[in-house]
Amino acid sequence: MKIKNIFTYCFISSLFLFSLICIWKILVTLQGIELTNFNFNKLFIFGIILCAINLLIGKKLNLNIKIILLALLFSIFDYFISTNLPIWYSFGIFLISLFFFNNIKDYDKNFLSKNHSSQILFFNFLTLFGITLFSFVILFPFYMMLVTSFKTQALLLLNPLDFSINFAQGLPELFKSYFIVFKDYNFGRYMLTSTIVSLGTVIITLIFAIPAAYAVARLNFFGKNFLSTSILIIYLFPAIVLVIPLYTIFSQLGLRNSIEGLLIVYTATTLPVAIYMLQGYFKSIPKELEEAGIIDGQNWLGIIFKIILPLSLPAISSVALYVFMIAWNEFLFSLMFLDRPNTFTLSRAIQFLNVGAETPRQYLMAGSVVVTLPILIIFVYFEKYLVSGLTAGSVKG
Amino acid sequence: MSSKLAKIEKRTAYLLILPSVLLVFSIILFPIFSNIWISFKNVELKDLRIPEPRAKKLVKSINDNPNQIKVIYKLRNSSLTQEITNVKFKDKYPDDIKPISLNNKCQFKSNLLKCELGNWPKKYRENLEIVFQNINNQEISKKEIKSYKPKLSGKSQNILLTYEFTLNNFKKVIKDKAFIDLLSTTFYYTFFGTIGAIVFGILAAQMVNQKFFGRTFMRSVLLFPYVAPVVALAYTWELLLDPTSGTLNNLLINYQIIDGPINLLGQKYVTLNILGFDFKLRLALTTVIIFEIWRYFPLAFLFILARLQAVPKELYEAADVDGANPIQKFLNITLPQILAVISILFMIRFIWNFNKFEDIFLLTGGASGTRTLPINVYQQGFSIGDIGMGSAVSIVIVVFLLIFMFIYFKLLGKRADEN
Repeated sequence: MKIKNIFTYCFISSLFLFSLICIWKILVTLQGIELTNFNFNKLFIFGIILCAINLLIGKKLNLNIKIILLALLFSIFDYFISTNLPIWYSFGIFLISLFFFNNIKDYDKNFLSKNHSSQILFFNFLTLFGITLFSFVILFPFYMMLVTSFKTQALLLLNPLDFSINFAQGLPELFKSYFIVFKDYNFGRYMLTSTIVSLGTVIITLIFAIPAAYAVARLNFFGKNFLSTSILIIYLFPAIVLVIPLYTIFSQLGLRNSIEGLLIVYTATTLPVAIYMLQGYFKSIPKELEEAGIIDGQNWLGIIFKIILPLSLPAISSVALYVFMIAWNEFLFSLMFLDRPNTFTLSRAIQFLNVGAETPRQYLMAGSVVVTLPILIIFVYFEKYLVSGLTAGSVKG
Repeated sequence: MSSKLAKIEKRTAYLLILPSVLLVFSIILFPIFSNIWISFKNVELKDLRIPEPRAKKLVKSINDNPNQIKVIYKLRNSSLTQEITNVKFKDKYPDDIKPISLNNKCQFKSNLLKCELGNWPKKYRENLEIVFQNINNQEISKKEIKSYKPKLSGKSQNILLTYEFTLNNFKKVIKDKAFIDLLSTTFYYTFFGTIGAIVFGILAAQMVNQKFFGRTFMRSVLLFPYVAPVVALAYTWELLLDPTSGTLNNLLINYQIIDGPINLLGQKYVTLNILGFDFKLRLALTTVIIFEIWRYFPLAFLFILARLQAVPKELYEAADVDGANPIQKFLNITLPQILAVISILFMIRFIWNFNKFEDIFLLTGGASGTRTLPINVYQQGFSIGDIGMGSAVSIVIVVFLLIFMFIYFKLLGKRADEN
């Protein structure tokens, strides 16, 4: 029992340490440093030895001294088996092993002789490993997007693994792709169009949705139940089944290649979810407040503006942010409806760049950063509102 | 009195919902129904342009006589496929100018030239030449004559509004040998994409449900792929996976994990040897599914995390007292608690993945075995240009969708009953 636990502990711990080192090595490789071997065998076995030592020392030594000592040992070992690597690489290894030994410092013989300790260990490491791996897998494409936009075509072809950023060249050189994307490829204009379309969609959707949601939440009328169930059903219909009829109708009405046409379609497609989200919130507002308003002689409009709106600002902000996100990211309709560059939105413009003749990839990635960054900033800043919007509206995606 | 109030309330309610209902009806419901209409018609992309009668006006001076001028109208039917009937022509002239002679189709009254040009077959072309003279024998200004633009009108049949129907589109859809392949690709993509997103959603939710440093930051990061625009993400992945200059292939080759580059988005099959058995994996489709999972697991994560945080802590404490191990805790406490959310999530994601267009379109364009039903709608309608066929495929999607929705609402109803 105990032997099995010790074995699992050493094996899993060392595997975890090795995976952390692998991720670090990949990042180092992408700085243009030649590193062609993970040294799996040596590092893995040495990891097992160090984990066993950690267990043997237990709490006999000051824990801080123990982890620093073990981390140092590991880094020095790594330094000797790899050659010609810069000092910051070894420093990174040291920090990672410090983090790792800090996580396993509490394990000693007593812990390993407990029930289920190997399973608890396994899940602890799975969590740690999961967090590291998930962050890496998710952030890696974003990281690549950003660093590619700072490179030049010639450098990318010379060494496709060198993504180091040369800060010495000065800011204008560094942001060259962005200057070109805005100057030669007109991204300023597309950004303006995207902003106008997204904000327009938010405003029009709210103007339509607030009264409708209020009616569905509060007023009695024939067909109310039918209406509230059909909202959800309509919402589940995807854009792809609307695209052909809308294309034919819009071509004949001359609404293609116009911002108005795009606004109409975006508003209509986001309206059901906006009504659905808002009516749920309106229902939660106590009725007594409105009754007080009626006694004060307010009409329906007064009730909506003076009582409902101020109380439901959080819900309205969630809806607004969610609708903004949908409109900003929308691609299919902008692909179908816009084929003249003067009406392009950012998404459509990037697709046009990619299809167009041999656009250098750093421009493509600079464009991608330009379209991604605003939405990520908004998301991080207003996370609370957007997350509740996402949860409520996430029947769609 | 109260019935009067109820009446006012009703009227107000209709007034408040009417704008939304009208908009949603005209932009969502009406198109869905017009799909049915279009799918029974033989319409192509080029038929959508309404045929127009057009005229180009050329003004030429006549030798030795500045008081006369020749005007040539180059007339044509803009449509290559349809006829225009009852074409009428109108053009204005300065006050002191009159035509010398006119053919029987045209009339000149109070400085207006009017012609009845009859029916124009498709691709029709004709030149109309008229000589004009100044009645005061003064020199004619060519510029002034050119400044007036002729106006033409005519009637043409709008192919979308005729009552000619055909079953050919549906016959073609069903008889197409690739149809079964199309369906299986769609279901393969939908099923594995959905399952994968849910599995990773559960894993991520389990992780973030524990306390650790940087947990709130981690939660934001996990949602990045879902929040960021598809276009940017798809192209970044395309660059990452590129066989010659892509980072992934170069990394794998650099670490000697693979011998040569793998075209992850352009290769239809790859043969894997597992335990001595060869089996074919649909490579490009699998890559697209991985992208799909990467992009949509955050949503499953969000749902499941919300549910996990509502699970009473006492349940786990009781399990600890009973000496349950982590696997038992997950299987006997966590899983039953999140099962309802998972089933709803499965249905919603299934419906949405079934209709997913952008992701595949941007990554592969439907090539190398990644053609699903939504991609086929686009290809039929806009690449091939057969609008009727595209609509017919849309109808197939709608039929499947209605079946899924029926199941979904049954499930929702059942869940509501349980609560």
